[in-house]
Amino acid sequence: MAKTHVTMKVNGAEVEGLVEPRTLLVHFIRENLQMTGTHIGCETTHCGACTVDIDGMSVKSCTMFAVQAQGSDITTIEGMANADGTLSALQEGFRMMHGLQCGFCTPGMIMRAHRLLKENPSPSEQEIRMGISGNICRCTGYQNIVKAIQYAAAKINGVEFKEAAE
Amino acid sequence: MIPGSFSYHRPASVADAVKLLSDLGDDARPLAGGHSLVPMMKLRLATPAHLVDLHGIAALKGIRRDGNNLVIGAMTTQHELLASDDIAQSVPILHEAVLLIADPQVRYRGTIGGNVANGDPGNDMPALMMTLGATYRLEGAGGARDVAAADFYQGAYFTALEPGEILTSVSVPVPAVGHGYAYEKLKRKVGDYATAAAAVVLTLSGGKVATCSIGLTNVHETPLLATDAAKAVIGTSLDAATLKKAAAAAEAIMAPAADARGPVEYRKHVGGIMVTRALQRAAAKAK
Repeated sequence: MAKTHVTMKVNGAEVEGLVEPRTLLVHFIRENLQMTGTHIGCETTHCGACTVDIDGMSVKSCTMFAVQAQGSDITTIEGMANADGTLSALQEGFRMMHGLQCGFCTPGMIMRAHRLLKENPSPSEQEIRMGISGNICRCTGYQNIVKAIQYAAAKINGVEFKEAAE
Repeated sequence: MIPGSFSYHRPASVADAVKLLSDLGDDARPLAGGHSLVPMMKLRLATPAHLVDLHGIAALKGIRRDGNNLVIGAMTTQHELLASDDIAQSVPILHEAVLLIADPQVRYRGTIGGNVANGDPGNDMPALMMTLGATYRLEGAGGARDVAAADFYQGAYFTALEPGEILTSVSVPVPAVGHGYAYEKLKRKVGDYATAAAAVVLTLSGGKVATCSIGLTNVHETPLLATDAAKAVIGTSLDAATLKKAAAAAEAIMAPAADARGPVEYRKHVGGIMVTRALQRAAAKAK
């Protein structure tokens, strides 16, 4: 099958590659671009581990073809740290609140939470839980992931993070 | 899992898309949000030789008013439907039901056109569109035609779409001011298809039901209009006996598959409960 030339912006840098039409975006990111932070979990659009940010949308990159991302602006977990290399508020939140155990779902969780907080900077606990309902975690029971996102929201909004009583 | 090989086409107009689909024939499939088709391709349950991606057609996007109708372009995503104040205010049941489709990531990509045109009995929009009396615009090489949602579904994945035709927009009549509505969906978890779901749109007059429409999701190989159940509640104040009668009338037309969501009897039983709950909640909302 003839290959197609694609160009897109990933984490601020222009990238290009030759892909078959059937190449899934997640494979292009992991194999062509060698950015393996974006994970492949279920491969059936359920688990959210492959979530990346495309043109202001959270997208499961296993369910989109790389050719469809032609000309788009993508952020992956590799683009989430602050410009000076320090952890972003969300990354810091996951670290401080123990928002991960095995870490497999974490890149997708952080990418989804990133867009959630852009759209709703002060989400309620329920809004956070619905907001990450397309991401599955088999370790944490979600409690600390919710806290991590609350921590990040507080930090972004410049207010003190108060952990809810359990 | 990697799909089989295919050629990728990205037309910029409906005319070009229709021409491609006509020329390429059965080997070609239109691609909307892709969240039904791409997983099927990865499982090799679908192996189209050509994909005609509709994302490049600006004319298929957006929500506009046409008299008393909201006309929604087929490639309008569920996320965009949720962001529409016009929909939230004038067709609030659509907002409510869209929130129950899959999960946030899927809703950024999933489109109303794909949801209604795919013919999957598990999709939530078809029964809702039948309940609202919506009409689909179909365009093919021979021109455009309008088909009522109620006449569109012929069997699981079989619809009134002819080869080479695409569904380009959905026209939804805005329900009467003060109407009551509810979409009740029983599902095992976020992202699941309905075990059973019911849509109700009704109006009240003097405390009695004046008009009522009831749609059913995933309890038959096609979405259903529960006409007898709706007739049973007209003129009543939805007392317990009437609700029981309506649920029984709805259950009588259900023929769900026995699958991981439960045996036939269970799915019919909970289908009746969805109808009852939707009627009660809709009546409570009506003014």
